[in-house]
Amino acid sequence: MYEILRKEDIAPRVCKYVVRAPAVARARKAGQFVIIRPKNDSERIPLTIADGDEETITLVVQEVGKTTAIMADLKEGDSLSDVCGPLGKPTHIEKVGTVVIIGGGIGIAPAHPIAQAMKVIGNRVLTILGARSQDLLIMEEEMRRASDEVIIMTDDGSYGKKGFVTHALQDLINAGNEIRQVVAIGPAIMMKMVCKVTLPLHIPTLVSLNTIMIDGTGMCGGCRVTVDGKTQFVCVDGPEFDGHQVDFDLMMRRQAMYLEQERLSYDSYVQKHRCKLTPEAEAL
Amino acid sequence: MSNWREVKTKDRLKIPAQKMKEQAPEARVRNMQEVPLGFTPEQAIQEAQRCLQCNNAKCIEGCPVGIEIPRFLAAVADGDFAKAVAVVKETNLLPAICGRVCPQEEQCQVVCTVTKALKSIENSVGIGKLERFVADYERIHGQAVLPPIPPPTGKRIGVVGSGPAGLTVAGDLIKLGHAVTVFEALHRPGGVLVYGIPEFRLPKEIVYKEVEYLHRLGVEFRYNFVVGKTLTIEQLFADGYNAIFVGTGAGLPKFMNIPGENLCSVYSANEYLTRSNLMRAFDFPLSDTPLKASKKVAVVGGGNVAMDSARTAMRLGAEAVYIVYRRSEKEMPARLEEIHHAKEEGVIFHLLQNPTKIVGDDKGWVAGMEVQRMELGEADSSGRRRPIPMKGSEYFLDVDTVIIAIGNDPNPLIPQTTSKIRTTKWGNIVVDPQTQRTSMKGVFAGGDIVLGAATVILAMGEGRRAVKAITKYLQDDDWTGTPEPIV
Ligand SMILES: Cc1cc2nc3c(=O)[nH]c(=O)nc-3n(C[C@H](O)[C@H](O)[C@H](O)COP(=O)(O)OP(=O)(O)OC[C@H]3O[C@@H](n4cnc5c(N)ncnc54)[C@H](O)[C@@H]3O)c2cc1C
Ligand code: FES
Repeated sequence: MYEILRKEDIAPRVCKYVVRAPAVARARKAGQFVIIRPKNDSERIPLTIADGDEETITLVVQEVGKTTAIMADLKEGDSLSDVCGPLGKPTHIEKVGTVVIIGGGIGIAPAHPIAQAMKVIGNRVLTILGARSQDLLIMEEEMRRASDEVIIMTDDGSYGKKGFVTHALQDLINAGNEIRQVVAIGPAIMMKMVCKVTLPLHIPTLVSLNTIMIDGTGMCGGCRVTVDGKTQFVCVDGPEFDGHQVDFDLMMRRQAMYLEQERLSYDSYVQKHRCKLTPEAEAL
Repeated sequence: MSNWREVKTKDRLKIPAQKMKEQAPEARVRNMQEVPLGFTPEQAIQEAQRCLQCNNAKCIEGCPVGIEIPRFLAAVADGDFAKAVAVVKETNLLPAICGRVCPQEEQCQVVCTVTKALKSIENSVGIGKLERFVADYERIHGQAVLPPIPPPTGKRIGVVGSGPAGLTVAGDLIKLGHAVTVFEALHRPGGVLVYGIPEFRLPKEIVYKEVEYLHRLGVEFRYNFVVGKTLTIEQLFADGYNAIFVGTGAGLPKFMNIPGENLCSVYSANEYLTRSNLMRAFDFPLSDTPLKASKKVAVVGGGNVAMDSARTAMRLGAEAVYIVYRRSEKEMPARLEEIHHAKEEGVIFHLLQNPTKIVGDDKGWVAGMEVQRMELGEADSSGRRRPIPMKGSEYFLDVDTVIIAIGNDPNPLIPQTTSKIRTTKWGNIVVDPQTQRTSMKGVFAGGDIVLGAATVILAMGEGRRAVKAITKYLQDDDWTGTPEPIV
């Protein structure tokens, strides 16, 4: 059992969990993830490791379905049934000069350890954070500590500049920054758009893919994507790939395979376990 | 009953082969429960009396772990089921499992004298069914007794993987007084027995009971532990393990590399079966892991894995399930019983056919599969006649789901993270066949990671062999005559 030592709400429906998992904590490197099951009859879901120390790992989780809702209903002192990892290949960290780290929405969490590692090795780290609105922006402080400069973009202009992360990236390029590497983590569509900007300029662009997974060890192939025309397993060959080679459209379709069933599971969980209305219903 | 020994061979051959009751096909395609229901004690005794108690018992040679079958069957015939199970367990730790999934028709039963006398494999002595019967009898009628364990030797052994190979090694080593830790990547033990082979063929309860027994013997199980990721083999040695057995299986699904293979409703058999078995998708929405609600399913392949996938798809409510296999039924590697059961359940066989591409709809779901007909040519290196495509024979199979069950490669995680362990070019770990030693000192390997996708009993046999060699190695620290490490 893996105890939740601290739990903190950091945005609407987004929580940060500090979980005791010493074996994983000691082995983990930037870019790696874990597969967890909150309860002993839950499904398995992948979560990127956002931070950690000798004994603990930090996970940042947005409630999007039943499994993440179960997590949200756990308290400090409760335990997760299973935490398996660290999985996937670590990010290739190298001193190249100026690196742009782009985190969108919940993707800011996995971008954080990469920014940290890129900075520690001596790169100039320019960070772009994107969120729909100010209240949904997470980990700004942590990211400022890990970066030389932080630019914030919100869709509605409620904080930072109004617009998408691609606009900020274009501005950095236009300003003449010699960008050697871009790392983009966030919604698939965001990563796809970032790659559109960097492809013609030949700026190497790493993306971290969050496909559906089961085992996380290369056994099922459920996480597979097409990269450069070839099949790759995100859990063992990734999660990071050369964004210019990823077939994002295919990946987005595969991510959406079970939307209907996920919705069903979520609704019945909420009905059964929370006697109050869902946040969406409340908003109506 | 007591004078069965006096019955003449001629008359014994006249005792009818006992039929095991089964759930009717119409009923069982709607549930996940086991298909064969087991013998009654009377049936078991009758069936065991059909054994001729041959002096040169070919069946023992046919059994990969050499169970003393005539002695075991004599005990059953005497009605002494406790003794019967004890005889089996001298050489086979997991009889309830092997009785259900071993290909007896290619092992002990094919060489059985009764089979030869009656010229019919259907009428051989039901050795597998009786193995299952006695193991079930023991499980249902009281706890298995714990054997005495010698005082601790002070040696620690790490076992990587909890499939049949790993479980066998753990069980044998703990009985010798060693401390044993099993590291398993998944959250449950059992390997393929749990995530791959479906409930209707091997109830998971049986596997968990066996694991619980090992646990009572003192074996430590660490789940969610991926050796190579959580800790490497070298780190385990640094942590104080004296020897390591690698039984990580053949868990890397093969794909065909045809267009459309990454469409949404294309599954590897591993994924399909894992969702259904390990994650209980058949219970969705009571369980949390879903599967697509398929109407028409094509399963590509002709082995046990393909049959299991097809029969699972039927149970999950598909209207039509097709097996698409590129050779003829005679070459199918699946067990006869599985093919027979699949047909009874309504699975449709498209033989001598091979997919050439999978076609998607505008949302990325499978809309159908293009299939080409094949004919059989000369025999290939495996001795089976090679299928040759027939030009212009392509047609369109109307399906919404495709399950690829064309085999699995060895799991690459350990070799990738342990440079001293040598593999073949297909990724199998190279071992010395007498001792299961790898090219890295202190590391042994066995089961599917060595053999490629093989069988439960062969995995157990390799585990057995490794235990002998591990025992010797712990005493003399000798590592000569093993495969050369990579330099
Ligand atoms: C669907 C299906 C049906 C089958 N039907 C039959 C049948 O009817 N009869 C028969 O005899 N055989 C059958 N087989 C084959 C049989 O199941 C295998 O040959 C057998 O299970 C191999 O045993 P093993 O112990 O080598 O490996 P496995 O059973 O594959 O177990 C390996 C275990 O190691 C774990 N693991 C892998 N890597 C790591 C790591 N790095 N760290 C920690 N743990 C790790 C895996 O999670 C797994 O639990 C079938 C196989 C399948 C897939
Ligand atoms: S999650 Fe199963 S292979 Fe990647």
